[in-house]
Amino acid sequence: MSLTITSTLSAQRRELLPTKSPLLTRTGWSAFIVAVILVCAVAPVLNLLLPKESIFHLSDYAVGLVGKIMCYAICALAMDLIWGYTGILSLGHGVFFALGGYAMGMYLMRQIGTDGNYKSKVPDFMVFLDWKELPWHWALSDSFVATLFLVVAVPGLVAFVFGYFAFRSRIKGVYFSIITQAMTFAAMLLFFRNETGFGGNNGFTDFKRILNIPIATPSMRMTLFVMSGVTLLGFYLFARWLVNSKFGRVLQAVRDAETRVMFSGYSPVGYKLTIWTISAMMCGVAGALYVPQVGIINPSEMSPGNSIEIAIWAAVGGRATLIGPIVGAFIVNGAKSWLTVAYPEYWLYFLGALFIGVTLFLPQGIVGLVKKLKGAQHDA
Amino acid sequence: MLRRLIRLTAVAILFIAGYAHSITISDLKAIAVGEPDARIEALNKAVINADATTAAFLQALSDDAIKVAGDSLVVIKDGQGFDPISGASIPVPTGAEDVMINNRMRGELDSALAALKLFSKDENTRIAAIKQLQSDADENKLPLIEKAFAAEPNAQIKEQLGMVRAAALLNSADKTKRLEAAKLLSTSAQANTKTVLLARLQIEAEPDVKSALQNTLRQVEASLAWGDRLGALFSGLSLGSILLLVALGLAITYGLMGVINMAHGELMMIGAYATYVVQGLFQKYLPGAFDWYLLASVPVAFMASALMGAALERSVIRYLYGRPLETLLATWGISLMLMQLVRTLFGAQNVGVENPSWMSGGVQVLGNLSLPYNRLVIIAFAAFVLLSVAWLISKTRLGLFVRGVTQNRAMASCMGVNTARIDTYAFALGSGIAGLAGCALSQVGNVGPDLGQGYIVDSFMVVVLGGVGQLAGTVYAAMGLGILNKFLEGWAGAVLAKIAVLVIIIIFIQKRPQGIFAMKGRSAEA
Repeated sequence: MSLTITSTLSAQRRELLPTKSPLLTRTGWSAFIVAVILVCAVAPVLNLLLPKESIFHLSDYAVGLVGKIMCYAICALAMDLIWGYTGILSLGHGVFFALGGYAMGMYLMRQIGTDGNYKSKVPDFMVFLDWKELPWHWALSDSFVATLFLVVAVPGLVAFVFGYFAFRSRIKGVYFSIITQAMTFAAMLLFFRNETGFGGNNGFTDFKRILNIPIATPSMRMTLFVMSGVTLLGFYLFARWLVNSKFGRVLQAVRDAETRVMFSGYSPVGYKLTIWTISAMMCGVAGALYVPQVGIINPSEMSPGNSIEIAIWAAVGGRATLIGPIVGAFIVNGAKSWLTVAYPEYWLYFLGALFIGVTLFLPQGIVGLVKKLKGAQHDA
Repeated sequence: MLRRLIRLTAVAILFIAGYAHSITISDLKAIAVGEPDARIEALNKAVINADATTAAFLQALSDDAIKVAGDSLVVIKDGQGFDPISGASIPVPTGAEDVMINNRMRGELDSALAALKLFSKDENTRIAAIKQLQSDADENKLPLIEKAFAAEPNAQIKEQLGMVRAAALLNSADKTKRLEAAKLLSTSAQANTKTVLLARLQIEAEPDVKSALQNTLRQVEASLAWGDRLGALFSGLSLGSILLLVALGLAITYGLMGVINMAHGELMMIGAYATYVVQGLFQKYLPGAFDWYLLASVPVAFMASALMGAALERSVIRYLYGRPLETLLATWGISLMLMQLVRTLFGAQNVGVENPSWMSGGVQVLGNLSLPYNRLVIIAFAAFVLLSVAWLISKTRLGLFVRGVTQNRAMASCMGVNTARIDTYAFALGSGIAGLAGCALSQVGNVGPDLGQGYIVDSFMVVVLGGVGQLAGTVYAAMGLGILNKFLEGWAGAVLAKIAVLVIIIIFIQKRPQGIFAMKGRSAEA
């Protein structure tokens, strides 16, 4: 009796389960491959091989800008995993981004060696503070491999500890957002201090080399650009796989009805904590790619406003779609780099209006709007 | 003109009855030119028997308004020359040179002027003079201090003057006088008494005087510690009252309505700028009543922020009810636009808001503890706003409706409450209280476009800690956070204190996720 019920149930369940969707559709894969070619082959050729006079030449400025925005897009993607798919709005992703950046920055500072202004073996700002020895937390900064580990591990660990305490006591919704903002604020204050050993409000800058190769050359810039692009595309595939897996579907269930997930026998804490930590690590990687490209990292990267901006990139593009946040990061930051030069006093009006307009009129973002327009065409 | 000026200064600064010794031009010249030691000696001699003319001359000397030409001295005022004794207008001789005043001379001159001010009719001038002399009293001024001490009518000032006298005695060459000074100073609770004692201990040779001084130092330190502790408590209360003002508005918009208003800080900023505008209007049209501009700006600040809040609620926030995360983002956008708007209208620089005269100064409670009036006024103001809000919520019809809509929107609507209008009123009320907080903040801090940014994290912490929907929780959380913050600050510095407070809040929320006072209910989502 009970056996038949179980077997019918499992049969029913199998029917209810959606068929496993492929990672990407055929068009999706073609678009993905085009993107890989654009990043890995077309951009380097247009930037490095074509002469400057050619109209197809990709300027160094454009390479720098797009490289930077691709790092932002990784953040937006990470934000989408935690906000769009799990329903947890983090106002602290700027901290994870900056932590990854600082980990990379420490390595780059050590790479300066004795070529700083004071010709000392410790970084310039420490000479300024009259420090003779490196503080303990700089111990691993010498090695590139260790730095790569720290870039992921430090944001991951901070996120894990913070998330463990927050999710365990079932802090959710806006409470969680506010607590993450408080964390951001505290981290910023901490990094502004000189005695914490992160260069105070000047942060780290004046980088000279990475892996003993000069950092400010066109080919190095292109290398970093390609790495950012490949990382972004790789993370996109990873996120795609993640949200299509069973794990990803539990996350979406948590977003839509957390109580019901609990009553169905799942403990949401583990799921939330995992995606939260993964998301933080992705931001750390983005920060580590960002710092060598812009050549500076300072505590203002941790200001609460920056973290909220990440959320708006995801919202503009469209939450709970993976392509949306990437599109959003490009549109908002493209507009920012144009407006802050052309009409600096209007940039904040524009950004503010974007926050209001997207939440009021475009809850699905640009991707949602495109889908809706397509749907309307089909209906007609 | 100068004559009148001299007379006025004379009346204001100095009045010594019974001294008819009049100063001569050669006495003055001895102060103005010559070897530094001789000049200082002449200065100290002149001060002991100083009259109005001497006082005016010393003031002019300190203002660099004396020129010397041969044997004659000239006071320069608005480009014209005057005789320092008679005050008559005289031509400035050609080739007149400025009087040289080095740092040592200037220090002596300042303390001489301060000593003369001990005889001023104005009590505040006398108190200021005592403050200055406390750190640089020496035996030369002892006769003058003794005289002032004997003539002092106000018992409180007399006591302070006694301390200055003791400090001057401390450096006396006479051993018994030093011992007497040690005894006198033991009741002092001034921070600079400690400095004076420490300085003397460094050079004191006599062992018995030394031990007496050490004894005194211990007693002074003990009473100073009390002042420090009470001072931290008071600044904690002061910070707490400001946090309370900021958080009260949030307690309404967030606690009762569930709206995360990230623009709350900017509504405070609007209140502060409204105060600034009212101040400007009073300066222009009602300069006589300038002291009362603050009273007029309280309702103006409230209305400005309340109207802005009502407009925001009608145009943006009402479409986002039930979507708290979206509200958070939209109000953040509003805050960006408001900040930029203020920058466009008033400029990116801070604007100056003055304290009215009745709010400057303070009550001296202990030697090293004085309570500024503006802080006291703000504490009282916070209490007043708190009581008004409590009354409004619990006793009025509007409060009844707000509570009804909070508890059960559908039912309230069925009973004929216009819930949409109540939402607007409640949001406007919360915003108006933010305006009041801004008005209060303008009296203790800078008024600039990013005034609100500094308080928004703290005030949300207060609301989170206090628990939602309860005014009592907000009060306890604000006061607790304020005092905790100030005590940690004294112990670990401002930034570490702030970080420690945030960590403590996060740990606290582990124990009580719903804050100090949780709403009791059975909702699984609560």
